[in-house]
Amino acid sequence: MKQKLPRTVEQFMAYACAMEVEATERYAELGELMDTHHNREVAELFAKLARIEGKHRDQIMRRMGWATPPATSSFRWETPEGPETTDYGDLHYLMTPYHALKLAQHNERRAAEFFEHFAAAKLPAAVRESAAEMAAEEREHVRLIEEWLAKFPEPEPGWDEDPDPPAVAD
Amino acid sequence: MTEALTHTDFKSDIKPVWCPGCGDFGVVNALTKALAKMELRPENVAVVSGIGCSSRIPAYTTCYGFHGVHGRALAAGTGLKIARPDLTVIVTGGDGDGYSIGGNHFLHACRRNVDMTYIVMDNRVYGMTKGQASPTTEPDWDTKLSPDGTGLREFHPMVIALSAGANFIARAFTGDPNGLADVIVQAVRHPGFSFIEVLSPCVTFRPEQREWKKLVKPDAVKPTSDIARAARRMLRDTGFDLGVLYAGTRSPYAPRGPRAQRDVRELEARFAL
Amino acid sequence: MTAGNMLLEAAAHAGYYALMTRSSGPQIRGGEAAAMIRISCVPIDCMDDHFHVLAAVDWDNVHRFGAEIPLGPDSLIAGDPDQGEPHEVFTRSGAGQAKVPLKKMAKAIPEGRPNMLLLGFAATLVGLPDDSVSRAVEKSLAKRPAALPPSLAAVAAGRNAAAAVERRYTLAPAPARGAARWLLTGNEAAGYGAIKGGVRFVAAYPITPATELLEWMSPALAEVGGTLVQAEDELASINMAIGGSYGGVPSLTATSGPGLALMVESLGLAVASETPIVVVDVMRVGPSTGIPTKSEQGDLNIALYGLHGDAPHLVLAPNSVADCLRTTQWAVQLAESLQVPAIVLSDQFFGQTRAVIDEPVELGIGTGNARLIAEAGAPGFKRYAVTPSGVSPMAIPGTAGVTYTADGLEHGERGTPSSQGTDHLAQLDKRRAKLELADYGMHWADIEGEGDLAVLTFGSCTGIAREGLARAQVDGVRARLVSMRLLSPAQPTRLATALAGVRRILVIEQNHTGQFFRHLRAEYDLPGTMTSLHRPGGMQFNPGDIHRHLIEWSRA
Repeated sequence: MKQKLPRTVEQFMAYACAMEVEATERYAELGELMDTHHNREVAELFAKLARIEGKHRDQIMRRMGWATPPATSSFRWETPEGPETTDYGDLHYLMTPYHALKLAQHNERRAAEFFEHFAAAKLPAAVRESAAEMAAEEREHVRLIEEWLAKFPEPEPGWDEDPDPPAVAD
Repeated sequence: MTEALTHTDFKSDIKPVWCPGCGDFGVVNALTKALAKMELRPENVAVVSGIGCSSRIPAYTTCYGFHGVHGRALAAGTGLKIARPDLTVIVTGGDGDGYSIGGNHFLHACRRNVDMTYIVMDNRVYGMTKGQASPTTEPDWDTKLSPDGTGLREFHPMVIALSAGANFIARAFTGDPNGLADVIVQAVRHPGFSFIEVLSPCVTFRPEQREWKKLVKPDAVKPTSDIARAARRMLRDTGFDLGVLYAGTRSPYAPRGPRAQRDVRELEARFAL
Repeated sequence: MTAGNMLLEAAAHAGYYALMTRSSGPQIRGGEAAAMIRISCVPIDCMDDHFHVLAAVDWDNVHRFGAEIPLGPDSLIAGDPDQGEPHEVFTRSGAGQAKVPLKKMAKAIPEGRPNMLLLGFAATLVGLPDDSVSRAVEKSLAKRPAALPPSLAAVAAGRNAAAAVERRYTLAPAPARGAARWLLTGNEAAGYGAIKGGVRFVAAYPITPATELLEWMSPALAEVGGTLVQAEDELASINMAIGGSYGGVPSLTATSGPGLALMVESLGLAVASETPIVVVDVMRVGPSTGIPTKSEQGDLNIALYGLHGDAPHLVLAPNSVADCLRTTQWAVQLAESLQVPAIVLSDQFFGQTRAVIDEPVELGIGTGNARLIAEAGAPGFKRYAVTPSGVSPMAIPGTAGVTYTADGLEHGERGTPSSQGTDHLAQLDKRRAKLELADYGMHWADIEGEGDLAVLTFGSCTGIAREGLARAQVDGVRARLVSMRLLSPAQPTRLATALAGVRRILVIEQNHTGQFFRHLRAEYDLPGTMTSLHRPGGMQFNPGDIHRHLIEWSRA
């Protein structure tokens, strides 16, 4: 499924907004999920990331004068989901903030690459300019995440070991 | 006139108990997106399930849900759809629920071709009961119940579905919820029995399935309405080929023979002397 | 069989009550077969102690029916001398014999058949008028008019043959026709009762002796806007019916013992999810495959106790062919209003017996819409809310604002799965309360007669007990008869009232271990002493057995 290349700044910013909306929802969902599994630290971290992405989404909407995010159902990403959306499959119930931030770092890098791709594509100048702007912002986000990440050393092997066997519910 | 619903309107406030990393999260995501896209309303959709991790799904939606007994979801969904043809009926469950204890009902649901959609979240293991082999488990996968593996050839659900008469057959992957949402929309809209085999990794009992995202081949299959062609395609199937295999032209199940709305008491003429 | 049916219809048209049962060998076609008919001036619910006429086309393997065709010295055995002699099992009764060369006589009539000769012969012996017999023959051969003249000729020849026989069993004149009469089987009555009660969806899997119930319902449902679907097995049929009911349509399935055994898990699901459903169990001889073509009352245990966990539900038992209509209709209404499964214990005797009955009177049992339905958008809707009656409104798919997930998992009031003991207790109490607090009105039992002796029974033993009791009364032994229609939930207060002043209770049932007796002992504190009279299926009680037993018992 190929994505349609945006021809106007409006279309481009709709993509950018959709990306932030999806990222926000996903971080919020993952925060709740980690909370259910009693991983407080990571739950809070994801919740914070959700708030951050929410701010990015709101910034875009303010810039464009949108009251609500544009409909996203017709968008198609080249990756299975948006560049900033964490894959459900990349979680582990014992994951540490390090792991969560690595995922966030990956997301922000992909977002930056996503916009850099548009900035370099054969598109109207206004679109390319917006893309370059957004790309720069995402690079800044990458830097911030990496600062944050630096506070957490990579965990030793065995971080995912649990002496308790899995439980049964049904 | 009510506002258009989004996928969040189809998600309930009940927090899933699935392990972080579980593929089933992708299915809820995809299903809710698909239902919103089709502009259905939650009260006109019923999600029917059996027993197992995947079968927990109904309560995670705002639709009508039926969480029945192990293996019998297709039967319950069939009865519901025949009695209430106005509803959109989605039957869900795992590979154990659907292909083992539910195997007979799977065969006959394909045969009967009632207009409903069956989504199986296949993780090739019995997750809920802590890691036994399921019909789609590889023969040499070691478990406590079957040390050194079952030694049995895997069940091939798509082949079975094709030969038993399912009218729409597809394979999808939970790592691509948007793609899955598209397939669900196609499946629901396609008349008759629509079957989607969804590869859904179990990170707790089959952590190696985290690699599935590297193994799946998106758009590896193009839909055909020719059964023979679909069958030949299955001969080359790798188990990771995603896409719609078959979109057939069978008419969906409908009660046969003349129907009426007569008064009940008119039946007494059959007994009267 | 055909001749037997025609004789039954002739009796019906002549204004008599009648019952017909059948027995056959294991062959699918061409095997030995017997049609047993009782004709009466008053309504009857069972066979008599013995038959007055045994008329046979031939004697091949007929002795296999020896136990089912008891004869007496006043009986007549009529057979074709060219087809062998009647077996000793029949002749030792001391019955008279008539030799009728049926085959020869039939050959003398172009396309004449021996069974038509037998029909005329038998009709004459009991005094059925000619026109009733002809009418029955015409009706039976309506699709093959060419066969009519030879058949009627054969019937006439049979009548002539009877003229040479001295013995007669002439029926008293038929009573003046008051109400209209019906001719039907218990299976048909149950099917119609279900539709009257509101059933519009049936999932069917064939099993002897319930298949005809489902087959009757299939076109009948189509007439009234309902649907029947054939399932792949009983595990499917019960779940399809539960699915249909979840969708808001009163639903039913019918089966026999082996099928019910498969269904019990899902009946528990219906209990836990509070989904109404009716299962008619047309009981046959068990255990396991048993004797599919014979009647027994052996599924009481599984009906009452077969669900795992504490799973209160309804068990009802019709007590006559006609009562199959009323009890099934009632079962549907109860199941719907209490949101619970109901098992209706019919049996092979009722299911497959063709009977002439009075047209049933309206008894005020409802005909639909008994379910308490949640309104759209009801604020704070909780599907399993604990209410004073125990019944909570059920949301029907399609209704906005009250969606819920029905669950076999234990749950809280909202329906969300719960492993809390307090939620479990609350829901258990709710599910029990709704059955205990319901008003079962007058239908729960038939209570007849007076005296300090009582006969307690259910189902097909009722008619036999009633006749036996009537004979005992002539001999000065008075006893009450209590035939229980509602077997679960138990009705201790009402039964105590029905048995007030009783010294001795005789519990009669058709099974090997006295299941009803043990159930009564477990659930009830009954007055006086209780004795069990039970026999397995295949060894049917008759009124004479009960009569004799009552006399002995009353003296002991």
